[in-house]
Amino acid sequence: MAIHKVVSNAQEACEGIESGMTLMLGGFGLCGIPENSIAHLVKMGVKDLTCISNNAGVDDFGLGLLLQGKQIKKMISSYVGENDEFERQMLSGELEVDLIPQGSLAERCRAGGAGIPAFFTPAGYGTEVGEGKEVRVFKGKPHILEHALTADYAIVRAWKGDTAGNLIFKATARNFNPVMAMAGKITIAEVEELVPIGELDPNEIHTPGIFVQRIFQGKSYEKRIEQRTVKPRS
Amino acid sequence: MLDKNGIAQRIAQELQDGYYVNLGIGIPTLVANHIPQGIDVEFQSENGILGMGSFPFEGDEDADLINAGKQTITALPGAVFFDSAMSFAMIRGQHVQLTVLGAMEVSQNGDIANWKIPGKMVKGMGGAMDLVASADNIIVAMMHTNRAGESKLLADCSLPLTGVACVKKVVTNLACLEIKDGAFHLLERAPGVTVEEIKAATAGKLIIPDEVPEMKL
Repeated sequence: MAIHKVVSNAQEACEGIESGMTLMLGGFGLCGIPENSIAHLVKMGVKDLTCISNNAGVDDFGLGLLLQGKQIKKMISSYVGENDEFERQMLSGELEVDLIPQGSLAERCRAGGAGIPAFFTPAGYGTEVGEGKEVRVFKGKPHILEHALTADYAIVRAWKGDTAGNLIFKATARNFNPVMAMAGKITIAEVEELVPIGELDPNEIHTPGIFVQRIFQGKSYEKRIEQRTVKPRS
Repeated sequence: MLDKNGIAQRIAQELQDGYYVNLGIGIPTLVANHIPQGIDVEFQSENGILGMGSFPFEGDEDADLINAGKQTITALPGAVFFDSAMSFAMIRGQHVQLTVLGAMEVSQNGDIANWKIPGKMVKGMGGAMDLVASADNIIVAMMHTNRAGESKLLADCSLPLTGVACVKKVVTNLACLEIKDGAFHLLERAPGVTVEEIKAATAGKLIIPDEVPEMKL
């Protein structure tokens, strides 16, 4: 028997999420984002959210949907191009934005999940990112202190998951999902395919179920492509 | 003078057998089209793939398989996927031998600015700050001047920095230059470009040797 983690849908999975909370959302661009949960957050209408996510979606998909409804108070991201509404809200001051280097963002999530409160990294030293942060020199090179990140809820998407919460990701849809899964007080995994325990090879699991509290199979996945680049068949 | 492909072609000459390479968005991406014969390199994209291949055939594109520019790509035999923390462990840990990226400005001591124009444009730094802070071998691929005709090779950057004293080499439409000892050292001229033209387009300190060969492409 596995610990009970399976919920039936996004609505049940998102139970307990309230206005003002901090959420982590997996994905890089629109790749690997928890589409079903985001759609439900829009429906819930929770506001004043702090969202930690590498990007902010596009105007009409991904986190862009939460921005449209002005549900986000603060974004913690590394790259927010591709989103006009985001730029508008940021320049007008409606939206608070904390831009941090992508590697520092990933490591801060990992550290948060791994019980490491802070770490030194060279990324951002001598730039705006390093302003006001403690500097220490290791092997002759200056580093800045970055603090771990955690969230009230981390919401990730996986390709396959089992009822014990073990997850396998597909291709580059893995990105931030495993590190964010580690850093949620409650981690919600929405998966494309939910299978009974015993069906996933333990050798091939990327995220151990210990990091996942709720899991469900998403109703459908649009999987929108941001930049469709192809070569012609000759 | 070189076009974007020419710049990429010149940078591709810097590739060495066995290199793991990270290519930024824009001109750097084109470097992958000019790998010299007899050289095996592997491309890392910081969103989580080593062994990145070309764009897929029409109809084969997969939303779950993209590069850091969010473009659909393919994975070559032997490719591997990994999470973002692992990806930047490769970068920060200096397991990637060459980083090529674009820039808005580069200074004569190797500072680079490419993520923000105050009051105008803020897209974010993405992985650029991690890349330039850790990579040993950083080549910038860019046009020598901006759209207003102003030099992008400066004494000091005017835009917010991405990294300090990190760029080793710059390849532009006009020249190939090395950055050391607080100056741009002119190594090669682009085909058909004179030393005088390069001098006029470079605002930072420029060291010109007696002989400046033309690039061989």
